[in-house]
Amino acid sequence: MTTFVKKYFALRKRNTLIAWEKAKQMKFCYAFLAPYAVLFLAFYILPMLTSIYYSFTYYNILEPAKFVGANNYIDLILNDDVFLKAITNTFQLAVITGPLGYILSFCFAWLINELPRWIRTLAVLVFYAPSIAGNAYAIFSIIFRGDAYGYLNSILMNLGVINTPILWLTTPDYIMPVIIIVTLWMSMSTGFLSFVAGLQGVDRAQYEAGYVDGIRNRWQELYYITLPNMKPMLLFGAVMAITQAFGVCDVPMALAGYPSTDYAARTVVTHLFDYGYTRFEMGYASAIATMLFIVMILCNKLIQSALRKVGT
Amino acid sequence: MTTVKHYKGPVRADGTPINVPKKVLKLQQTAKARNRKPNRSLAGNIFIYSILFLVACAMAFPLIFAICSALKPLDELFRFPPTLFPRNPTLDNFSDLLVTMGQSWIPFSRYITNTVFITFVGTFGNVIVGSLAAYVLAKYDFPLGKPFFSLVVTALMFNGYVTAIPNYLVMSKIGIVDTYWAILLPAIAAPMNMFLMKQFMEGLPMSLIESAKIDGAKEMRIFWQIVMPNVKPAWLTMIIFSVQSLWNAKASTVIYSEAKKTLVYALQQIQAGGIARTGQAAAVTVVVMLVPIATFILSQSQILETMATSGLKD
Repeated sequence: MTTFVKKYFALRKRNTLIAWEKAKQMKFCYAFLAPYAVLFLAFYILPMLTSIYYSFTYYNILEPAKFVGANNYIDLILNDDVFLKAITNTFQLAVITGPLGYILSFCFAWLINELPRWIRTLAVLVFYAPSIAGNAYAIFSIIFRGDAYGYLNSILMNLGVINTPILWLTTPDYIMPVIIIVTLWMSMSTGFLSFVAGLQGVDRAQYEAGYVDGIRNRWQELYYITLPNMKPMLLFGAVMAITQAFGVCDVPMALAGYPSTDYAARTVVTHLFDYGYTRFEMGYASAIATMLFIVMILCNKLIQSALRKVGT
Repeated sequence: MTTVKHYKGPVRADGTPINVPKKVLKLQQTAKARNRKPNRSLAGNIFIYSILFLVACAMAFPLIFAICSALKPLDELFRFPPTLFPRNPTLDNFSDLLVTMGQSWIPFSRYITNTVFITFVGTFGNVIVGSLAAYVLAKYDFPLGKPFFSLVVTALMFNGYVTAIPNYLVMSKIGIVDTYWAILLPAIAAPMNMFLMKQFMEGLPMSLIESAKIDGAKEMRIFWQIVMPNVKPAWLTMIIFSVQSLWNAKASTVIYSEAKKTLVYALQQIQAGGIARTGQAAAVTVVVMLVPIATFILSQSQILETMATSGLKD
């Protein structure tokens, strides 16, 4: 046993030495990387680590942090009914908008790809614009407004479907579907662009070869040629879709109000917003952030391993 | 004469390809006659593209609605039943917005200067610092390089709100809260832009760099004179994405003195002014969304060229 451990450490030492020698030769690499690395570690990684540390404390910014062990997590899971509601909502949102937004992005990109050039340019713009249009989603609060001046209400009333206006954004049953629609509307973002660009890059010769080998319709072509070629973009798009699906926060806050009726539009991130920015319970908010992040990484691992099997 | 698209093999004197099966030639001819791919059914095409057209209309509707609302005079905004297109389009809402802007507590030009300054410096820093890092990560294999990059990929998933609290704590520790640096420094290190740049640079042939090295160029010179001119689409994309995110930066948690707030923040304060400002609010929505969309239109082809390399390899 001891000889094994000794050997292991000797090997580690040797490897480190080799790496160190190599690092010394590649000094300029570190010089090039340094400015970015310092900023990146300071403003992206360090906050994440601090957040994990504070999740084990009671911290309200005014008093020094007090270590409370795993209490925040226990409270979160066992005692916080609103958090359970938030989790349910977030999962509902993530399960619907994540995969659906992802698949729709791909489908639209795929269909757009075969259009003539100028229509394609226009179509990409139409699909991509909502996700970069700042807070244009606020326009949905007029479309779904609860009184008769709301666009949807007035249409439905004119058609005689309903007699009295529906309070779309304050009735718990309707809030979630509205938010799902708006989130889907905004889901054609960077991942979608990546798909459009990736599809343009698929080698035409492979399609020609496909015709010869007897690929009959567009679905076979999609499965046997397009998807395997698009795998890297699909992996990238998955990361983007997860980020988007779990990070829903602005839309429910702008549309359903904050806090929303009966917490119907409460997501994990709005819950975090509540504890972090309204109640200043930083320890508790950090615990929420850490949980969310772990779930996101697990999801990502799961999807990446699933996507590797596509088309093979 | 029959030619096969993208066929680069041997041809006969009249241009007809040798070695191409009859089946393909026939498929190509029929496809050309009908002007579509050989393995597509016409009914399917019509069905699919009419659905696509409907979806596109639905996608565009809210934005068109926003623009139309901004052009409606006040009485039309509250008309019942509400209309989509304005009957007497005016620019009153925009001129009202200018009046409100003129009455702000801080001269409005200050907000504009802030946003221009932040956008310019942040974008510049992002392109330089990000490209330097992307270059070594893409083209050299050095210890800790790969783990660092996978950290960056993980950071793509960070949500602004999730890291905002600890970010504030870090910033207050180093004393940059309520300065421009609080917006600039995180923007310079934006992982998304660096990621795209790195993926694009992967496609750059190593022989290009090596030949420059043989000619005696130093690393810095190679970077400026060989690498950067060859990745123009990528840094244009970086500029666009950086401008888009900095333009939309409100940074209300790290900046609290009014004189340092950004334009979008000020505009959205006007927007939050209640029902009396409905018209102006619609105008603000249009102004805020115009800049990112316009920059995208102008640089679409460059962005798509960059995004083509964005895929994650295992």
